[in-house]
Amino acid sequence: MDDLLSEFLTETNENLAVLDVELVKLEQNPNDIDLLSNIFRLVHTVKGTCGFLGLPRLESVAHAGENVLGKVRDGELEVTPQAVTLILACLDRIRSIMGDLEASGTEPAGDDSELIKSLNAFADGGKAAAPAAAPAPTPAAAPAAPAPEVKSGASIYEQIGGMGTVDAVVEVMFNRVMGDLRLKSVFEGDSIDHVQGYMREHLAKMCGGPDTSAPHPIAGRAMSDEQFDALCGHLQAALNTLEVPQQIAAMIMGMVYAGREEATGSAPAIVEAAPPPVEAKPVKAAAPKKEAGDGEAKESAIANQSIRVNVELLENLMTMVSELVLTRNQVLQILRKHKDSEFAAPLQRLNHVTSELQEGVMKTRMQPIGNAWAKLPRIIRDLSHELKKKIDLVMIGQETELDRQVLEMIKDPLTHMVRNSADHAIETPEERRRAGKPETGKITLNAYHEGGHIIIEVVDDGKGLALDKIKAKILQNNLATEAELENMSDQQIQQYIFKAGFSTAAKVTSVSGRGVGMDVVRTNIEKIGGTIELRSVEGKGTTFSIKIPLTLAIVSALVVECANERFAIPQISVVELVRASPTGELKVERINDTPVLRLRNKLLPLVSLREKLKLEAESDRSSDDTFIVVTQVGTYQFGIMVDRVFDTEEIVVKPVAPILRHIEVFSGNTILGDGSVIMILDPNGIAATSGQISMGDAEQAEKQALRSRAHGDEAVPLLLFRAGQGAPKAVPLALVARLEEIERNTIEHSNDRLVVQYRGQLMPLVPLEGYPDVTGKEGRQPVLVFSDRDHSMGLMVDEIVDIVEAKLNVDLAAETPGRIGSAIIAGQATDIIDTGFFLSQAFADWFGSRHDDTVGRKSRRVLMVDDSAFFRNLLAPQLSAAGFSVTTVDSGDKALEMAEAGEQFDLIISDIEMPGMDGFAFCEAIKKSGHWQNTPIIALSSHASPQELAKGRSVGFDDYVAKYDREGLVHILNEALSEVRGAA
Amino acid sequence: MSGMKNGAGSEFSAATSAASGEQRDYVTMSIGDQMFGIPVLTVQDVLGPQNIARVPLAPPEVAGSLNLRGRIVTAIDVRPRLGLPTREGGKSAMSVVVEHDGELYSLLVDSVGEVLSLNSRDYQRNPPTLNPRLREFSDGIYRLNGSLLVVLSVGSLLDFGTRPEVA
Repeated sequence: MDDLLSEFLTETNENLAVLDVELVKLEQNPNDIDLLSNIFRLVHTVKGTCGFLGLPRLESVAHAGENVLGKVRDGELEVTPQAVTLILACLDRIRSIMGDLEASGTEPAGDDSELIKSLNAFADGGKAAAPAAAPAPTPAAAPAAPAPEVKSGASIYEQIGGMGTVDAVVEVMFNRVMGDLRLKSVFEGDSIDHVQGYMREHLAKMCGGPDTSAPHPIAGRAMSDEQFDALCGHLQAALNTLEVPQQIAAMIMGMVYAGREEATGSAPAIVEAAPPPVEAKPVKAAAPKKEAGDGEAKESAIANQSIRVNVELLENLMTMVSELVLTRNQVLQILRKHKDSEFAAPLQRLNHVTSELQEGVMKTRMQPIGNAWAKLPRIIRDLSHELKKKIDLVMIGQETELDRQVLEMIKDPLTHMVRNSADHAIETPEERRRAGKPETGKITLNAYHEGGHIIIEVVDDGKGLALDKIKAKILQNNLATEAELENMSDQQIQQYIFKAGFSTAAKVTSVSGRGVGMDVVRTNIEKIGGTIELRSVEGKGTTFSIKIPLTLAIVSALVVECANERFAIPQISVVELVRASPTGELKVERINDTPVLRLRNKLLPLVSLREKLKLEAESDRSSDDTFIVVTQVGTYQFGIMVDRVFDTEEIVVKPVAPILRHIEVFSGNTILGDGSVIMILDPNGIAATSGQISMGDAEQAEKQALRSRAHGDEAVPLLLFRAGQGAPKAVPLALVARLEEIERNTIEHSNDRLVVQYRGQLMPLVPLEGYPDVTGKEGRQPVLVFSDRDHSMGLMVDEIVDIVEAKLNVDLAAETPGRIGSAIIAGQATDIIDTGFFLSQAFADWFGSRHDDTVGRKSRRVLMVDDSAFFRNLLAPQLSAAGFSVTTVDSGDKALEMAEAGEQFDLIISDIEMPGMDGFAFCEAIKKSGHWQNTPIIALSSHASPQELAKGRSVGFDDYVAKYDREGLVHILNEALSEVRGAA
Repeated sequence: MSGMKNGAGSEFSAATSAASGEQRDYVTMSIGDQMFGIPVLTVQDVLGPQNIARVPLAPPEVAGSLNLRGRIVTAIDVRPRLGLPTREGGKSAMSVVVEHDGELYSLLVDSVGEVLSLNSRDYQRNPPTLNPRLREFSDGIYRLNGSLLVVLSVGSLLDFGTRPEVA
């Protein structure tokens, strides 16, 4: 394909994209003259270029479109949706022809007469009076068509095919005229539109067509004989090109020559008086259109300011600049060693110039996100027509810039999402009216920068995600069981739309079911290191929030050292840095060789980089201090143990060689400022290979899904241990205050119980049943310490196995006291320990108080509503232990029944996610009426998104506490109760 | 070819013009006592001892990565690749940089010699008795004056694809 053609394709494609947007705008603001002239100009440019390149099919289609637009511009036609649809159809045809053109290099064969006919009919229809002007194919469009016969009586205008032909002739001629230096002086200073319009109208009039012309300044310009001849030559050539029948051409030329006298300036005075045909290409133009002139000026201004550059060239530039930056860094490093070097000043300058160069080149890669949105108004418009909906598309932050590469990657996902919103989310006007919403639905796109990231929101005010439909689909596809669904929050269920093959569209419309699902959207976004979040309220609307990095090429990374080797950890996954030393407050402890760190009352699982990467042995270390990089993957936090931590550096990520790609723990490599090559660690990979996250499914996408679902699925860290016979045991890590190993010979008998002196107090030790007597024996005894205020108790175990993150589904309720039940954890049947039972064993008096004291002292009655037996069993004993009298029910309905029955409580704790009536509904019901109206109610949930918190408050929850925050719960309970008392 | 330190080519071109048969240029290198060669046009660079950053968990043949004018080059130690014992401690290796599938690799050998222009008359296929490991990476043998030169196949040397070897 020759350069000219490919240039044309690029340019025209751009123009078409702009046209789509502008036309939709025009439809909304039919009176915007600027807009209209711009559109006209663009279509005109397309047409003109086609003619120049000899693409008759394209030209004829564009021409017909321009015709309609011209009429609109001249006020003969109104901007109606019908007109816009027609023009858009015309643009689509151009686009499809261009597609073929691009593929084959030649214009494809095809028949556009139908389209042109309707365009022409529309154009003429505007001039009510001319039904006779049958939409003849323009000669340009159908050169093969039989030339119209010269009929006596008909004007030349009609014979040649009306305005269409005149236009085409002028177009061809005009292109020639513009290239003719001899004629330059004649038209100097006039806008192209003016000159062309003038020529067209004059020619039309001369041939007997409608006289739309008005006096025009061009008309008054004199020209020499030579110029006139040249002009006539061009006209003759144009007539020939368009195969206007000889006879007619001759007549036209005759008429033109007849005007020679006037044209060549015999009478300037007359010209000034503006008698119609004066000039060479005689006379008349539409009343000067100021806007058109302005548009032209703008175009040339822009044209002069920008050039087209091949993307590959930019990419190369980028690579070169990256290397220049690295070299610069190296040089600067050398300079630092030689303080007084004479190179200092020039190098400083080099430094600045390089920085600026880097910035500049980065900028060339940045594009406004509006480029990715350009197609959307058109899509929405078409959809709303097709689906008979009213939709407003609001775009905010179009100018927000991001890397070209990233832009390309999100273009399709965004388009898909917007299309989805229009198709599935926004209701018909009828439905919206019934739902009490404005008839016109709104889709808002909002883009903005936020700390090195760009956030793009796609918001609609449609019907939201239909939970029951999603549920049905989940069941149908066997993605989850009914029981599992029961336990899921709305938000969790909504997440399923990101699953492969998941479409909730009940029917396949022409817009949905295109084989692209939200799973592809999600995959594409995650591919570039982005995340997508979803919030949807049924009946209110849906918000998708996409967070993506500004650029892929350069990331900020923390450089660390381990065993004298350096590694980079992407800053985005680093939460904090902790320094641990054997003597300090924070120290690394080991559970059977698994290192952990107590960090703010939680056990943080640690990964030793040294062991993970099989670096040299620990014993070779010089310092005892360990730095821990606390890292977050999804919702899972763990620490990476390293020897040293250096600075944060901006690094250029380069992919690793194919032979190293199988190493999961690296995501790439890079060259540091000093020229050394280091590997970039991939926290996802480290977590996955540490076996702490992966749950048996190797597929990355699945892992991602699991990880994000774990967010809501109550996957909790569990401490696995062995004690006595039978299955391994587990207890939620959050309940464990400490892990201790005590000397067995310090264990004493007191009052028939085992105790040990611990932190200046006697701590009861409770063995699991069948646990052998170890008192007096040698060695160390591992103990799980459960603690509540000033009471502590130790549960004696054989061995602490691991800390795993797992979903707690108690499959079998236990009959043995001290067990809540059995669950499958890490692929093994595991007993879940009922800490409450052991607490009661250790402190019989605590639980005694529940039975005895509550009668005596003013009872603090707490009602706990939670559908999960596990949590009821877990929390109730603890609350009892803390001195509350706890009643539990498993649903909001049952709780309301109790309210009806007149039961009294001082406080209610309610789970949020419950099947049937959820916590919000329950709370609302209580706060609405009844004698529980003033009872404080506390929300209990395993996930606390800000939205949920806000919603909780709005329905009347007094406070909120996380499910595993036992101390927090007790604290809040006490606080809430004291407030109640104070108030009473 | 930039960075080629070896100017021996011209010297040989004069000597070989008289010979019949096809002439081919090879960069010679040695590992232990054995001489190897690879076609000169596949070689991008010859480097002296370099700072090579080890890559943890990499297969044993991968010595690490190095920085060649801003590009990251994966260093492949040819000794373990050929099943030979590792280089004695303290001896530094030289690198021959080649491109394979758009990636740069540096082949670590004991030393790099001159460029030889060899005549196809002196070429023969691998003797059937050749060590199977070596045969896998050898494209044939040149008989030189007093020694033999094994032509290394860069393609198979760098084709790790089918071996799912995880260290």
